[in-house]
Amino acid sequence: MDNKFHTNLIVSSSPHIVTESDTTRLMGSVLLALAPAWIASIYIFGFRALLLSVVCVAASVLFEYLFNVITHKKQTVGDLSAALTGLLIAFNVPSSFPLWQAIIGCLFAIVVVKGLFGGIGKNFSNPAITARIFLFISFSANMSTWPLTRLAESTDAVTGPTPLALYAEGSQDQIPDLLHLFLGFHGGSTGEVCALALLIGGIYLIARKVISPIIPCAFIGTVFVFGLIATGSPYWALFHVLSGGVMLGAFFMATDYVTSPKLPLGQLLFGIGCGIITMSIRLFGSYPEGVSFSILLMNICTPLLNNLSYKFYLKEGGAKNGK
Amino acid sequence: MSQRKHLPSIHVPHHKNTAACETVTMPIPDEVSISMSQNIGAPCQPLVEKGDYVKVGQRIGDVQAFVSAPIFSSVSGTVKSIDKVRGSMGGFETHIVIEPDKKQEVSEEVQIPVINSFEDFVKAARDSGMVGLGGASFPTHVKLNPKNLDECEYLVVNAAECEPFITTDNREMVENGQDVLDGMKMIMKWLNLKKGFIGVETNKPDAIANLKRLIEQNEIKDIEIVPLPSSYPKGAERVLVYEVTGKTMNAGVLPAQLGVILDNVSTIGVMAEYFKTGMPVVRRRVTVDGDAVTEPKNVYVPIGTRIADVVEFCGGYKKEPRKIIMGGPMMGRATKSDESPTMKNTSAILCFSQEMAGVKEETACLNCQRCHTACPFGLMPSIFADAYEAKDVDKLNRFNVMQCMECGSCSYTCPARRPLALTNKLAKMMVKEASK
Repeated sequence: MDNKFHTNLIVSSSPHIVTESDTTRLMGSVLLALAPAWIASIYIFGFRALLLSVVCVAASVLFEYLFNVITHKKQTVGDLSAALTGLLIAFNVPSSFPLWQAIIGCLFAIVVVKGLFGGIGKNFSNPAITARIFLFISFSANMSTWPLTRLAESTDAVTGPTPLALYAEGSQDQIPDLLHLFLGFHGGSTGEVCALALLIGGIYLIARKVISPIIPCAFIGTVFVFGLIATGSPYWALFHVLSGGVMLGAFFMATDYVTSPKLPLGQLLFGIGCGIITMSIRLFGSYPEGVSFSILLMNICTPLLNNLSYKFYLKEGGAKNGK
Repeated sequence: MSQRKHLPSIHVPHHKNTAACETVTMPIPDEVSISMSQNIGAPCQPLVEKGDYVKVGQRIGDVQAFVSAPIFSSVSGTVKSIDKVRGSMGGFETHIVIEPDKKQEVSEEVQIPVINSFEDFVKAARDSGMVGLGGASFPTHVKLNPKNLDECEYLVVNAAECEPFITTDNREMVENGQDVLDGMKMIMKWLNLKKGFIGVETNKPDAIANLKRLIEQNEIKDIEIVPLPSSYPKGAERVLVYEVTGKTMNAGVLPAQLGVILDNVSTIGVMAEYFKTGMPVVRRRVTVDGDAVTEPKNVYVPIGTRIADVVEFCGGYKKEPRKIIMGGPMMGRATKSDESPTMKNTSAILCFSQEMAGVKEETACLNCQRCHTACPFGLMPSIFADAYEAKDVDKLNRFNVMQCMECGSCSYTCPARRPLALTNKLAKMMVKEASK
C-alpha cells in the first residue's frame, strides 16, 4: 500500500462522541451533594463524626479493592461507588458507633450485598441500607445509643433519645421543635439529622438531573399525608418528615438507580410504598423508625414494579411517538 | 400547524466551528475514484471503459432500476481503471478511477432541462443525479414521485443540521438561499403542494436571517421558517416531521404517506442549481473539521476526491489522525483509510486524533435510564441490550426495537459507555433474521 495514506484508522460504530458524564462523575456529584450533610454532622456531633466517616469510606474502598483483586475482577474502586456506600454507612449509624463494628458493616455492604451479587449495577438492594439493617440486628444496643448534639443542655448525660423514640414512648412534650429538627440539633444517626443540609443536597441532585424527583417527592409526600391522616395535625405530619431517616433515605438511598424501578410509574409506586411502610412501622410497629426497612422491602419489590410499569408502557405503544 | 410539543432530545456540543467559513473550491486532484454505489437502492453500472476520455458532467454510471440515481464524472480526463473496492459498508463496490487532465472540459450532455410537466420534472430530478445530500442518499426523484401524490400537501425542508461540526446546510442557506427558495417553489409548483416549511435549528441565525430576508424580498407567502430547538436529533426525518407538522411518523413509514414531501435543504438548493445550469451533481460542499485538521473549512469537493487530498487542501493533518468520520460524529461512518473517496452524501470529513478517537471502556449498567429518557421515541435501549444478549426476539419486538432509528442518543448519554446504539442495530438485525 502506498504510504501516502493512513490505512489503519480506528473503525467503530457510531456515535463517535460521548458525554463527559460517566459513572465516576455521577457518583462524584452524589458525594458532593452529601457534603453539606457531612459538614453539618461534624458540626453537630463533633470530631467522632468525621473519624467515623473517614474510617467507613476507607474501609469500603479497601474491601472493594481487595474483593476485585481476590476474585480477579476489573478494578472498580475508581468509580467512587464504594466511597459513596462507605459515607452512607457512616451517615446511617450513630456517631458514637464502635469503629470495628462499622467496618464489619462496610464489609457486609461491599462484599455480601454488592460483590457477591455481581458488583456495581447488579445488587438487588442498596448496600448501605442493607448494612444498616444488618448492624441494627447484630449490634442493636450500639445502634440505638444516640450521642447528644452540641446544643444539648444536659451536663451529665452523654446520650439521649431520638425524637422518634420520644414520640413512640408518648413523650411528645420532650421533642425538639420543628426548627431544631430542620437544622439537625436532635439525636439520630450521624448524617440523617440535618434536614436542611440533606434538602440542599437533594435539590442539587435534582437540578443537575442526577436523580429524578419522582421517588423523593412520592416518599416524602406519602409520609406527610400518612402523618396528616394518622395524627390529624400538620405539625406532627411535618415532624415525621423531618425526623429519622426520611430526608436521607428519600433523596440519597431510595433513589439508587440500581435498586429502584426504571420507569416513572414504577418509581412513583416505589416512593409511595416507601412512605407507607415507613409510617406503618413508626406508628404501628415496635420499632420507632422504619425508613431502612421500607427501602429494603421496596428494593425487593423493584422487579415486580418494573414488570407492572412495562405493562402500562407497552399498552401506550411503548414509544412516545410510536402509536 | 406548527405546535409546541417537542420530542425528547439531548444536548450535544455543537462544534459549529466552520459556520462562518465561506465555501472554497479546491483544485482538481491528481486522481478521483468515483463509486458506483452512491445511493440507497440499486448500484449503478459503469457506462465507460478503461482508457475512455470523459468530460465534466458526463454520465458515467446508471442503471434501469427506479430507486437509483445516475452518476456523473466530476472531472475531465481519462478513465485509468475500473476497480472492485471494499466499501465502507463492508461489501464490494465498483469504483471508476479517472486521471484528470485538469482542463475541466464540460460535457455536451450538460443541457438546461426543459420542464413542461410533472413527468418532465421528475425526469429532470433523476437526471440531476440528486440523492439526499444530508447523508441518507435516498434518490431524490423517488421522493418527489410518491404513489399518493394527490394526498401530499406540504413540503418540509430539513435544514436542522443537528449533527455537531457539520455546517454545509448552514452555508447552503447563507450562500445559496435563493436557490433553496427557487427549488422549493419548483417542487411546490409541480407537485401541487400547499405550503412549504423550512425546519432550522436556532443555532443558525445567519441562515435564518438570510432566508427571512429573501422570503420578504420575493414576497413569498407560502413558505414558512420553523425554528427548532438546537438539540439532537431534530434533523432526523421522523423527529422533524413531528416537530414541524405534529404528525407521528413510525419506522418504515415514508413522509409521503403522511402527506409530506421531505428533503434536505442542500439537496433542494443544489437541484435548483441544476434546473438553472444543467450541471448535475459533480461536486458537493464538505465540512472538513476535527482536532487533527490544520485549517477546518467548508470546501467544494469534486465527487470522488480522496479524503487525503481534501485534508491536504485544508493544510494537512495537524496531529496523527486515528479516526476519520464521513458525516457527523453521531451517525457518520468511520472509514478505515483516508484513501476512501468522497461521495454525494459526504457532508463532512472529520479527522480525530487519538484523544478524540479512543473508544471508551465499557462499565456496568447502573440502570440510570438516561438512554430511555434521551430516546426521542422513548424506547428502552437497556432492555434491548439485555434481550439481545438473551437472544429474546419476542421481547425485542414487544419493546418495539424496530422503532429505533439509530440516532445514537442512547450511546451518547450512557455514563457506563455502553455501545447501546450498536446493540440496537444488532438487535434489529436479529429481529429481521428471525422474521425471515
